[in-house]
Amino acid sequence: MRREKVDVLIVGGGAAGLAAAISATESGAKTVLLERDRSTGGVLNQCIHNGFGLHVFKEELTGPEFMERLWEELKEDVIRSNFTVLEIKPDTREVITLSEDGIIVFEPKALVMSTGARERPLNSLRIPGSRVAGIYTAGVAQKMVNIYNRLPGKKVLIVGSGDIGLIMARRLKIEGMDVVGVVEIMPEPGGLIRNVVQCLEDFNIPLWLSHTVIEIHGKERLSEVVIAKVDENRKPIAGTEKVIKVDTLVTSVGLIPQNELIENFVEMDPINRGPVVDDYMRTSVEWIFAAGNNVAIHDLVDFVYDEGKIAGMHAARYALGEKLPEVKYEFVRGKNVGVMLPQKFTGTQPFKMYIRPTKSLEKSVLKFSDKIIRKFNWRIRPSEMIDLVVKNFEGFDSKITVEVSNLD
Amino acid sequence: MKVFVIGAGISGSLVARELSKYDCEVHVLEKAPDIGWGVTKANSAIVHGGYDDPPQSVRAKFAAKGNRLYDELSKELDFDFERVGSLVVAFKEEDINYLKELKERGKKNGVDDLEILEKSELKKVEPNISDEAIAALYCKSAGITEPWEVAIAAIENAVENGAILHLEEEVLDIQTKNQKVSKVITNKGEYEADVVINAAGLFADEIAKMAGVGDFEIFPRKGEYILLDKKLKGLVNTVVFPTPTKKSKGILVVPTVDGGILLGPNAKDLPKSMKYDLGTTPEGLQEVYEKSKRLIPKVELSYTVKTFAGLRPETKEKDFIISATKVWGFVNVAGIRSPGLTAAPSFAKYVVEDILQDQLKINLSKKKDFNPYRKRITNIRDVSLKEWEELVKKDPKYGRTVCFCNNVSEAEIVEAIRRGARTLDGVKFRTRASFGRCQGGFCSLKIVEIISRELNIPMEEVKLNSKNSWIMDGKVRA
Repeated sequence: MRREKVDVLIVGGGAAGLAAAISATESGAKTVLLERDRSTGGVLNQCIHNGFGLHVFKEELTGPEFMERLWEELKEDVIRSNFTVLEIKPDTREVITLSEDGIIVFEPKALVMSTGARERPLNSLRIPGSRVAGIYTAGVAQKMVNIYNRLPGKKVLIVGSGDIGLIMARRLKIEGMDVVGVVEIMPEPGGLIRNVVQCLEDFNIPLWLSHTVIEIHGKERLSEVVIAKVDENRKPIAGTEKVIKVDTLVTSVGLIPQNELIENFVEMDPINRGPVVDDYMRTSVEWIFAAGNNVAIHDLVDFVYDEGKIAGMHAARYALGEKLPEVKYEFVRGKNVGVMLPQKFTGTQPFKMYIRPTKSLEKSVLKFSDKIIRKFNWRIRPSEMIDLVVKNFEGFDSKITVEVSNLD
Repeated sequence: MKVFVIGAGISGSLVARELSKYDCEVHVLEKAPDIGWGVTKANSAIVHGGYDDPPQSVRAKFAAKGNRLYDELSKELDFDFERVGSLVVAFKEEDINYLKELKERGKKNGVDDLEILEKSELKKVEPNISDEAIAALYCKSAGITEPWEVAIAAIENAVENGAILHLEEEVLDIQTKNQKVSKVITNKGEYEADVVINAAGLFADEIAKMAGVGDFEIFPRKGEYILLDKKLKGLVNTVVFPTPTKKSKGILVVPTVDGGILLGPNAKDLPKSMKYDLGTTPEGLQEVYEKSKRLIPKVELSYTVKTFAGLRPETKEKDFIISATKVWGFVNVAGIRSPGLTAAPSFAKYVVEDILQDQLKINLSKKKDFNPYRKRITNIRDVSLKEWEELVKKDPKYGRTVCFCNNVSEAEIVEAIRRGARTLDGVKFRTRASFGRCQGGFCSLKIVEIISRELNIPMEEVKLNSKNSWIMDGKVRA
């Protein structure tokens, strides 16, 4: 077993990890980025559609193009692919890894966790019926088509209107599959409105809101599914069942932040399902930083990239011996606030904050402890994050209640 | 001597392994593409104490004995087996009388490690048990295992000792001559046979009819399950039963050997025509949830990994049928419902030693070179980091992780294929790759790629499990 000392160790080589590597190396820290897959880029590798980089590069790029920009920006060779982290030991600050070089124990001064998210499998939703071939998550279908050059079937129903579900509806239609429609259990689409328009409306693919799959049939391969309308408690309404004959089901039913390596010793946010972080992207363990979809599910890779940069830079400063300021303020969730980050901040620098409202509102305001911070003259929705730069901390108590409410 | 074992489930595979200790030609015929994919694949994975079977029953004759054989068997065949103990929980005063009855019955069945725990002792053994529980019957010797792994291990060992495994080979007819077994006819050919062991699970009645001894019927009884994530490890330490009813042992909460929690099964009798119906139902899953919550209130469905259903082969008598028939050489190992997994090591010996040798007077001589040991596919959970490092040095594929949830390396996938896996499920049940919380989201296509490479077949030909369970439809573009 080899041991290796580094300043900053980054776990996960998607957009957040690559961004963290860019800023950590620029800050002069000896950095290593561990990627468990064959190459870095994460899900960007398979996202061959455009829409990436509008905020960061002011251009519309595809996923692989966005990824190449990050590779170019990363001047030092710090990437180690095919490395799996087996365990992180918080007390001894050891990170045990497995690779073709055997077991390597890293001893980093600072750690950046950028492990991203995984897709929620349909199996976990407890939908009754047979367990047959032909059911894929949107990510698997995407990889099959875009990386493996294979089609998942002939006729498909999409479950869930999350962004990748919408994008796969379009992709599969373009590639010649019969896309019957998209069912969404909620009364509103789960993905960005621009994707609903560009992926469904432009291709005449129906979207059934307040509908869900209630049964799955087939002997060996999927042959049909039963869908039904749901009431406001998301319970199927008897008599609204409809049989849909398809050989393929593609599911986009949610992403789950991956934090198995740290969740036992880092303070976790039950709503975000990721670690609690401050404006330096620092977790409750001072030498561990986190960024990206493992902290909370983001709408855009651009946001993930920004966070990665912040985490990498501060991890480098910490690793190189600088004492980072202490947390002074804490955000507390008030009305209509779901995913939210950071949850804490130091009050030493302006920072970007992300908030996902829990319900849609026509006209609304964002309040910090009853003080109006921003007005929205448009409809806000859970599917679209509110992002804002917080600059002014004067006059706030250490606990700030965040609330999104109707403008009356 | 040519012996044909029909069915490579837990019963057939252990009988085949017993037979492979002797000088005879053993064939195992299995219609599925892999081992243990019928009744064996989906059950509670429990090695029961053997206390609750009616003392006069065939079940009682083998259950407690089978339980005791598991220590040695798991060592020889190298599969996971843990004696975690079981609890039968009482909620009402009259349940306690039943526990006493069970304890007495256990004594008659030869199970002597039973004790009735009072509430405070019960809480010590199982801290998350419902506050409504007032007492429990504790059986320390009950255990958990992985039934398909037992079947795979037994077949691998039998094959190592000379048995011949025929997969995707379905028995179509059995011919007899002068009330003796003479031929087995399958979809692939005809074989001369001296002995046929009918271990065909749900289809044992149909096989028996082919031999002209179909005097019993098998009914499928469905049981639905919910599997919860490893994150809940420790939620229960033992196999937790409610006080049983006449129909079933009830819905239980069980730790699995790989750290998950299993809830179920319910029990629903299906018509004979539904032997292929493995669908879960809304009512069934709801029942499983509610009844397991009654035992362990902390059961949390947001940690669901998957749901599935299994079918148990029931007969009217609710007992095993393990006996010779009026057709000489045709032996039934049928109606193997619960506690079949527990009893199998014991009745496998009985079939070979008592039925074939004593009753049918077949002269079987022991092989001198029988090797009782089989090694499982090595995973990082089984060895130290140092040992793993050695493996990586020998083969870098041990350093390449394919399944991230369960840490399964490429070397293990290749080894599973070498040992006979040809489908995604074949790899899954041998290595636990894609068994974890992402259910194959990250690894399933990589596994398809590896199977395609190792077997030298196009990716489109790799199946999930059975013949028509295709995964890919064809190329997007040439």
